[in-house]
Amino acid sequence: MDDSALRRALAWPGQYWLLVMMWMRSGLAYPLSFALTVLTGVLITGTDFAAVFLMFSHIKSFGGFSLGEMAILYGTASMTLGLANLLTGSIDQVGQRIRTGELDVWLVRPVPAFLQAVANDFALRRVGRPLQAGLILVVALSRTELDWTVAKGMVLGLSLITGTMIFAAIFVLGAAFQFIAIDSAELSNSFTYGGQQLTQYPLSIFGKDVVRAVTFIVPLAFVNYYPVLYVLGKPAPLGLPSWIGLLAPLVAIAMIALASLAWRGGLRRYRSTGS
Amino acid sequence: MSVIELENVSRAFTVTSRVGFRRTKREVRAVDGLSFTVEPGEVMGYIGPNGAGKSTTIKMLTGILVPTGGSIRVAGVDPSRHRLKLAKRIGVVFGQRTTLWWDLPLKDSFAVLQKMYDVPRARHRENLATFVELLDLGDLLDVPVRQLSLGQRMRGDIAAALLHDPEIVYLDEPTIGLDIISKARLREFLAQVNQERQTTIILTTHDLDDIEALCSRVMVIDHGHQVYDGTLAGLRASQSAPRTLIVDLATSLPPIEIPGTTVTKTEGPRQHLTFPPTTSAAPLVAQIAASYPLVDLSISDPSIESIIARLYAGPVRD
Repeated sequence: MDDSALRRALAWPGQYWLLVMMWMRSGLAYPLSFALTVLTGVLITGTDFAAVFLMFSHIKSFGGFSLGEMAILYGTASMTLGLANLLTGSIDQVGQRIRTGELDVWLVRPVPAFLQAVANDFALRRVGRPLQAGLILVVALSRTELDWTVAKGMVLGLSLITGTMIFAAIFVLGAAFQFIAIDSAELSNSFTYGGQQLTQYPLSIFGKDVVRAVTFIVPLAFVNYYPVLYVLGKPAPLGLPSWIGLLAPLVAIAMIALASLAWRGGLRRYRSTGS
Repeated sequence: MSVIELENVSRAFTVTSRVGFRRTKREVRAVDGLSFTVEPGEVMGYIGPNGAGKSTTIKMLTGILVPTGGSIRVAGVDPSRHRLKLAKRIGVVFGQRTTLWWDLPLKDSFAVLQKMYDVPRARHRENLATFVELLDLGDLLDVPVRQLSLGQRMRGDIAAALLHDPEIVYLDEPTIGLDIISKARLREFLAQVNQERQTTIILTTHDLDDIEALCSRVMVIDHGHQVYDGTLAGLRASQSAPRTLIVDLATSLPPIEIPGTTVTKTEGPRQHLTFPPTTSAAPLVAQIAASYPLVDLSISDPSIESIIARLYAGPVRD
């Protein structure tokens, strides 16, 4: 990386923030609509966990997890997805931008198209989900008996960051795929929103094939399941070592690298095929 | 030194078409072996029918599209390799879509552009004041963009594209959909910017009045090939389109018969006679006046539309 490339990279956070602020104010141009979407968002995500709560009025444990432990899984899954969704914004709409030619508007500006894509339509209402998840997580952690160690605390805290990175990478990978297949937004949604649905449960209940798939193919198990298993002192499935949860940061970095390559590849393809 | 240089530039697209179950791939050359240069401060009209390769050329000049052949230099750099760097030195107006923030007041978009393009504050204020005055934007600054009329929004978009003092401005159909007064005002503004700031302007348009009012140079492309490059007057002269003499007689009469002319239209006492561009009008008028009750007359040169239509229909075809 030469000097000017470094200087450009240092400008990215500022550029991102500048655009995010613009879109936030843009979203507040309709205050009533903003308030209503926040409210409905909280209600909908609230019912998410209510289902788990109801289930536990009939059973004591699910896949070896107590209600409190389930709440930890739910909280981490929902928070990481929510944060990833907040950070990557409406990048999943890039296919539509390609179709209408609006992508060209981004490409003639002196700010990387990626930053404009993730900042585009930045919606503050999306903080609803991480807030609600955070609340559940705090309650769950305070009610669950755990032998806390510094390592466990760090693993859990770090997993919120790395889990967000993994989900964000999947959002970006999905967007990059839209450069090839414009109408594939639903495909990536099945990995992100579907992934969140999956990761709020102990993955072992889905059977070995699913566990293998979310470990080795789409590493959703590293978002929260393996780190939480480590924190709770539970054994890992498939005979995997119990410290597998510690690999989450490596998986997250690999996913980000992959997503970055895919986005660049997608953009290069767009610029060289014009479609 | 030229500000834009194209040498033998081509851009091919692969088009997949499906007939029944069979998919066939076909290569289409949207731009084929285009070479030209543009000097600083020139205003060039870039015209051609739909699908001629105008947008493809502009996309290559801005660095959005990578050419498949030949070389391009804009402001001294290869646009596709230095797209982000070049972005600060060019301005682009897409006639059909706005680059402004839809739900925010116009002035907010201008403020964010100042930061995005790193324009020194004092310079930004100065430019903004100039454009607000020239484009009459004063009352619009506090209005959300979505509430602006098409003409108002276009003025906003043009100001937005010029705020960072670009050396080159690409305008894609800037007057499309505007009323006559808005069009005139916009043309006047662009002429002034060009004169005062030596901004190079490349204009694609279907409105030939834009060209007439602004462009010292016209380039016509068709099927990816350059078919004309020169002045508007030269374009007129190059095509030997017939001229028209419009004659008002005292009464309705049968078509005037004079060798070398043909009557193309009669509207009561008014008759339209076409004659070759090589013929002088004066003896023709004398002849008519001698044998017909002449009340009034006017000569009309071929419209630029008809000249260009002839050019498109010309022999250069693949």
